Amino acid sequence: MVAPAALRVVRCGGGALHGARAVFSVGARQAGRFLLCASGDFVKMYSVATEELVRLLRGHGDLVTGVQLAPHNHLQLYSSSLDGTIKLWDFTDGILIKTFTVGHQLLALYALPASEDSVFVIIPKRDTYQLVSVKLTKAAGQDMEAKELSVVLEGVDASPKCTAFGREVYSPLGDWLLSLLFKFSLRATNKKGGNNVFTCVACHPHEDCIATGHADGKIRLWRNFNHKKEYTFSTLHWHHDKVLDLAFSVEGTSLLSGGVESVLVQWHSGSDCKKDFLPRLGSAIEYVSISSDGTFYCTSHTDNRITIINSNLRFSKTIQGLIKARDIKTGLVVDPRTKALVLNGEPGHLQFYCLQSDKQLYSLDIVQQEYIHQAGLNQSDLARVAFSAQGKWLATVEEREETDLELQLKLWFFDEETQSFRLNTRISMPHEDHVTAMCFRDMDEMEDDSLMLVTTGRDCVFKVWVILEDTDPEGNWSCDFVGSYHGYQATNCCFSEDGSLLAVSFEETVTVWDSSTWDLKCTFCHPPGKIRTICFGRLTCSKYLIGATDHGFLCCWNLLSCALEWSAHLNVVVLQPDPLSEYIAAFSWLFKESSLFVFKPNEPRPICIQRKFCKERIQFAAFVPRDVPETIGSEKYLWLRRSQLFFLTDTQELMTVSTKSLEERLTLSSKQLAVEESLPVTPFSLLLGKHRQQQSQEDVDLGKILLHTPAHVLPSASFLCPIFINSLLVSKENKSVEEAPAEVEMESEGAEDDSDEENTVTEMKQEDIMPTESLGETTHKLSKSEEKELRKIRKTDYSWISVF
Amino acid sequence: MASYKPVAIPVVPKLGEKITQDTLYWRGYKTPVQIKEFGAINKIDFSPVPPYNYAVTASSRVHIYGRYSQEPIKTFSRFKDAAYCATYRDDGKLLVAGSEEGSIRLFDISGRAPLRQFDGHTKAVHVVGFLSDKYRIFSGGDDYSSSVWDIPSATETVSYSEHSDYVRCGCASKLNGDVFITGSYDHTVKVFDARTKSSVMTIEHGHPVESVLLFPSGGLLVSAGGRYVKVWDVLKGGQLLVSLKNHHKTVTCLCLNSSGQRLLSGSLDRHVKIYSTTSYKVVHSFNYATSILSLALSPEDETIIVGMTNGVLNVKHRKPEESKEKSQKKRQPAYRTYVKGRNYMPKQEDFYVSKPGRCILRKYDKLLKSFQSSKALDAVLEPHIRLYTPEVTVAVMQELNRRGTLRSALAGRDEKQISLLLTFVTRRVIEPRFTPVLITVADMITDIYQPVVGQSALVDKQFLRLQEAIGREIDYQEELLEVLGMMDALFATLTEKRATYLEENKSNGLTKTLDQDISI
Repeated sequence: MVAPAALRVVRCGGGALHGARAVFSVGARQAGRFLLCASGDFVKMYSVATEELVRLLRGHGDLVTGVQLAPHNHLQLYSSSLDGTIKLWDFTDGILIKTFTVGHQLLALYALPASEDSVFVIIPKRDTYQLVSVKLTKAAGQDMEAKELSVVLEGVDASPKCTAFGREVYSPLGDWLLSLLFKFSLRATNKKGGNNVFTCVACHPHEDCIATGHADGKIRLWRNFNHKKEYTFSTLHWHHDKVLDLAFSVEGTSLLSGGVESVLVQWHSGSDCKKDFLPRLGSAIEYVSISSDGTFYCTSHTDNRITIINSNLRFSKTIQGLIKARDIKTGLVVDPRTKALVLNGEPGHLQFYCLQSDKQLYSLDIVQQEYIHQAGLNQSDLARVAFSAQGKWLATVEEREETDLELQLKLWFFDEETQSFRLNTRISMPHEDHVTAMCFRDMDEMEDDSLMLVTTGRDCVFKVWVILEDTDPEGNWSCDFVGSYHGYQATNCCFSEDGSLLAVSFEETVTVWDSSTWDLKCTFCHPPGKIRTICFGRLTCSKYLIGATDHGFLCCWNLLSCALEWSAHLNVVVLQPDPLSEYIAAFSWLFKESSLFVFKPNEPRPICIQRKFCKERIQFAAFVPRDVPETIGSEKYLWLRRSQLFFLTDTQELMTVSTKSLEERLTLSSKQLAVEESLPVTPFSLLLGKHRQQQSQEDVDLGKILLHTPAHVLPSASFLCPIFINSLLVSKENKSVEEAPAEVEMESEGAEDDSDEENTVTEMKQEDIMPTESLGETTHKLSKSEEKELRKIRKTDYSWISVF
Repeated sequence: MASYKPVAIPVVPKLGEKITQDTLYWRGYKTPVQIKEFGAINKIDFSPVPPYNYAVTASSRVHIYGRYSQEPIKTFSRFKDAAYCATYRDDGKLLVAGSEEGSIRLFDISGRAPLRQFDGHTKAVHVVGFLSDKYRIFSGGDDYSSSVWDIPSATETVSYSEHSDYVRCGCASKLNGDVFITGSYDHTVKVFDARTKSSVMTIEHGHPVESVLLFPSGGLLVSAGGRYVKVWDVLKGGQLLVSLKNHHKTVTCLCLNSSGQRLLSGSLDRHVKIYSTTSYKVVHSFNYATSILSLALSPEDETIIVGMTNGVLNVKHRKPEESKEKSQKKRQPAYRTYVKGRNYMPKQEDFYVSKPGRCILRKYDKLLKSFQSSKALDAVLEPHIRLYTPEVTVAVMQELNRRGTLRSALAGRDEKQISLLLTFVTRRVIEPRFTPVLITVADMITDIYQPVVGQSALVDKQFLRLQEAIGREIDYQEELLEVLGMMDALFATLTEKRATYLEENKSNGLTKTLDQDISI
C-alpha cells in the first residue's frame, strides 16, 4: 500500500451529461443496448435496459465535445475533445484503441459512412470557426498525429447543432449541400431581421430535405434547393421559444424537435397539423437523438438528465446525474437517513443525490405547483432546507419574489410505511421578509418534546416553532417564541450540541439564548464586520462558539467565561463543523484562490492547512459520515477518518478531498465493472446462457465429486486425472469467447479471498495469469508431471481464446 | 415522469372548539324553553322519582313543573316573604323549603297547606334539606346557626352555631343519615355529625362559599365560592385535591350529572362549565343570557334547567336518539357486475399490466393545463365555486398571477362580468387569507378598466363599494393598532424590572468581550 502523500482535490461525479449528442450503440447482437454520452472529461456508457452506468471511458484531458460511432465498425467509437485529440475506443471492452492528435480545439465531430478514413471536425480559426476534414491514418500504433487537415467550409457556427450532413455524402454534393445551407442562413437573417436566426439544422436521411430550427420557435423545411433559386420551404410552428434541437426519424417520416418548453414534439410527414407531444420532460431539451433502428429516442436536458423515450412517444427511462439548479440556495445538506447529499434539484424539487453511485436517489416535490417553462417567469423555488437529527423531520422554505414576497415554510414528516416524506404543516409567511437560516433542535436521548425549529429572518426576528400534539397524533407545528435584538436583522442560528443554548447572530452581534426559558444569556461581538457564519464546537470543544465575520476574522468565544478565546485573521467563506468529531473546516477565499483550514476550537493552530487548493470560490461544504471509518496513516489527515468533506464551487462542481492516490481509485472502479460485465443481456443470450450453464454444470459436478468425496474411497489419482482433464477441455471448447473471461474473473475473485498477501494494486496484472493459477489450485493433488502436462494444455487453450 | 400538477388549494385549519365525545353529548339538547318566574330563581330541585317533576323556588313561591310542561302543575305560595331552597325528599313525597322570615315549612306534594312548620331560626333560612334517614331535616340560616329538626315531633334536636357568617349552602351525605355539610360566607365549609355536639371537620375555602356538593361516594367534597371551585378529599381529612378557576365571576351553583362523571358549575359570568371528574378539565361550556343562580340536571341527563337572576327559567331537553336505520342504503350494483373480474387470481405465467389510476381534473385544472387562462378564471367564477369555495377562486387567481397571465385573463370582460368580479373582490378582500391575492386583482382591475369608468352605472357602483370596504378595513386596522399600542404599554409596565436586568446583562457581556478584544 502506498503511503498517502498529500491531500488531493477530486472531482466527484455530477459532470454534465449534455456535453454532446448522446449516441445509441448498434450491432446485430446488442441492438440499442448502450447509450453513450459525453460527460465532462469522460464518455459514459449506460445500459438502455437498466439505466445503469456500465462503463466510464476516461482518457481525455478536457471536455469531450463529440461522440460518434465509427461508421464501419459499430463496436468502436470516436470521441473528440477540447484537448485537441480524437480517440478511438472499443467501448464494449473499454479499451482505448487509438489517439489521434489534431492540435486544435475540437468543437464538434462528425463521422460519415462515406468517408472511411476521415472525420469532420469544427475547429476555431481566429474569430470564426471552420469545418475541416481530418484524415485518420490506419497505421499501427496507439498515438498518432493527424495533421492532414483539409478545410471544407469556413465560418461555420461553433455549435455542433448548426451543421448537419445529408444523404449525398457519396458524391461531392455533400459539401455543396453544406455551403448552400450556409447561404440560406445568411439570406434568411437578412430578410426578416434578427429574430429568425438559425439555431439548429437536420438533414432528411433519404430525401433532399433540410429542416432548420429558428430562434423564434419556427421550423422550416427546405426542399428543391438543388435548383439554385427555386427552392421552396414550408414552416412548422409550435414552439414559442427557440428550437434547440431537431432530428429526423430513421425513415424520415417524422421529425422530432425540442426546446425550452421541455416538450418533445413529433411532426408527422412534415405537415403542420399532425403532431404528437410528450410534455413535461422536466427541463429544456438540449439534444435529441435517435437510435439507428429507430426504436428509441433520447433527449438530453439542461438539468443533466438523459431521457430515453420509446418510438411511440412513451416515456421509458431516465438517467439522472446531479441536477445543476440555476441557483443553489439550500446549500449542501446531508440527509441523516440515507447519507445522501440534498440540494436544489429541478425547479421546486429537492434532489437526494447519492454520492457513492453518482446517481439521483429521488426527487422530492416541495413546491407542488405546475412549473411553466417560460423565460422571465418568476416561480416559487426552494430557499432553505433543514433536517432533524434523525432525519425524521424535514423543514423547507420556499419563496417567490415578485412585487411582494410569497414565503412558505413546510414541515415534512418521514413516513416509514411509504418511505418518503409527507407534508405535515404548511405555514404561509412565517416571516415578513426572507428567511436567512433555519435549524432544528433534536436530541437523540430526549423524547419528542425536545424537537424544535428555529428560523431567522431579515425582518429582524427569529422564531421558534414547536409541535402542538393535541390536534393530530403527529401534531402540528406552531410558533412558540419570537425573539429579536435591537432591531437588527437575524442572519444565522445554531444550536449547541446538547441543545441547551441557541446562538443567533444579529448583523454584528452574536446572541446566546437559553433554549428552555428563552432568556438572553450573553452577547458576543467582534467589530468591525457582520457575522457571516457561526457554529458551536462539539464533543470536547462544546464550550466554544466559533464565528466568522465578513471583515476577515475568525473568532472563537469561550461560553464559560463569556470571553474571546482566540481570533485569527482569515477571510472565511464557509465554516463547516464535522458532526462526528470536534474538527471544523473553514474555507477561505484570498487572491482568487480557495484554501482549506481544519482546526479544533480549543487550539488556534490549525491541524491541516491546504493553501490554494482550488481556483474557484467555495460556495457550500458538507461533511458526509462514512459508513466505515477509513484507515488513514498520516496524523495530519485524521479528521478525514469519520467523515468525508464535500464542497461545491461557484461553477457548481461537486468536489471532495481524498488522501488516496489515483491508482487506488481506479482499481476500485475497474473491479466493480468486472462484476457488471457478467450480467446477462438479451433474451437470446439468456436462452443461450441457460443452455450453456446446463452444460457447464456437468463438469462442475465432476469437480465437486472429486473434491467432496473422501480421498480414501476414490480410485487412484492417475486414474481420475484424464477424466478430469477431458471434462475441462470439452467444456472450454463449448464456451463462447465473452463468457470465458467472465468466468475466469469470478474464479479469480474466489482465489483472491484465499490468499491474503495478494495486493489490490497488482490486481490488474493478476488477471492475466489467473487462469493458470486458478486451475493449478484445483489440481494440487495431482503429480508434478501431470500438472506440467495440464499446464501445457491449458496454455494452448488460453492462447486460442485470446485470439478472439 | 411528472404529470400535470393540479392547483393546490390552501387549506386553512378551522378555528374554534374541537369536536370531542363530550361536545357531541352536551350539544345534543334541543333549543331551550324559557319560563318566566316572578323573581330570581334560587333553587331548582328534581324529584328523585319518575315522572321527575321539579320544584323551582323563586320569590315567595315554590312551583312544581312537570318535565315537559310550560305551566306549573302545582304551586306552594304560603310564604309571606321570599322562599328558599325547596328540596325533595328521597321518595319524592315531601318537600321542604326555608323562608325569609326564618321558618321552615314541610309540604306534602299532594297537599297544599304545610304539614309542619319549624320555627327556631331568627333570621332567613337559605338552606334546608333532608338527611338521608328521611325523618330529619337540616337547615342553615342567616343567624349563623345550623340545626337539625325532627319531622314527626317538629322539634329542633341539635343546633350548631359555629359559623361566623351567613350559612348559605349545604348538603347531606347520602350514605350516613347523620352527616351533613354546610358552607358559609365566613369562607369555611363545616362537616357536622348530628350525633356530636360540634362540627367534625372544617375546611377553609378562602372565599364566601356559595355552594357545596358531596360526591355520591361521600369521599369527595366540592365547594364553590368566589371564582373558585375546589375539590376536597374528605377521607384524607379535608385535603385540597384540585382548585379550578374557570369562571371569571362568582360561582353560584354546582351539580353532578347522573353518572357522576361530570361536574357542572354555574356562575354569575353567565356560563355553565362542565368538568370531567377524572381530569378536572373543562370539557364543555354553555353560555346563557344572564347570570346564573341555580342549576339542575334531571336523572339520565334528560333535561338541564338553569335559573337566572332575572327570573327566567331555561329548560333544555335532550334530543331523542336518532334512529340509524332511517338512512337508506345506497343501491349497490348487481352482484354479477360487482364481482366481474375481481375474483380472478393471476396465474404464474400471467403478465400483470398495471393500469394507471385515472386522475380526474377539475374543470379549471383542465383549462389551466391547456393554458386557457381566461376560461379558467370564468370557470372558477361560477356561482357554486365563487360562493361556497372562494378559496378555489382565489387559488386559481394566484396561479394565474404566478403564470403572469392574470392581467390578460381579467381584461376584455363585459359589464356584467366586471360587476361580478368586483362583487367577489369587495366581499372577500377583507378576509386575511385572501387579502394579498385579491389586492393584486383589485389593482389590476382598476388599471385595466380605468379608461371606461363612468360608462356603466353598475360598475361604478361596485367600484365605490370596493373603496368603501377597503376604507372600512383600514379604519379597523388602525383601531387594532391603537389597542395593540395600549396593550404594549401595559405589558411594558408589568415587565419593567426584568427588562432592566436584561439590559445590564447585555451591556456587561458586550463590554467584557470588547475588553478582551483590546487585550488580545
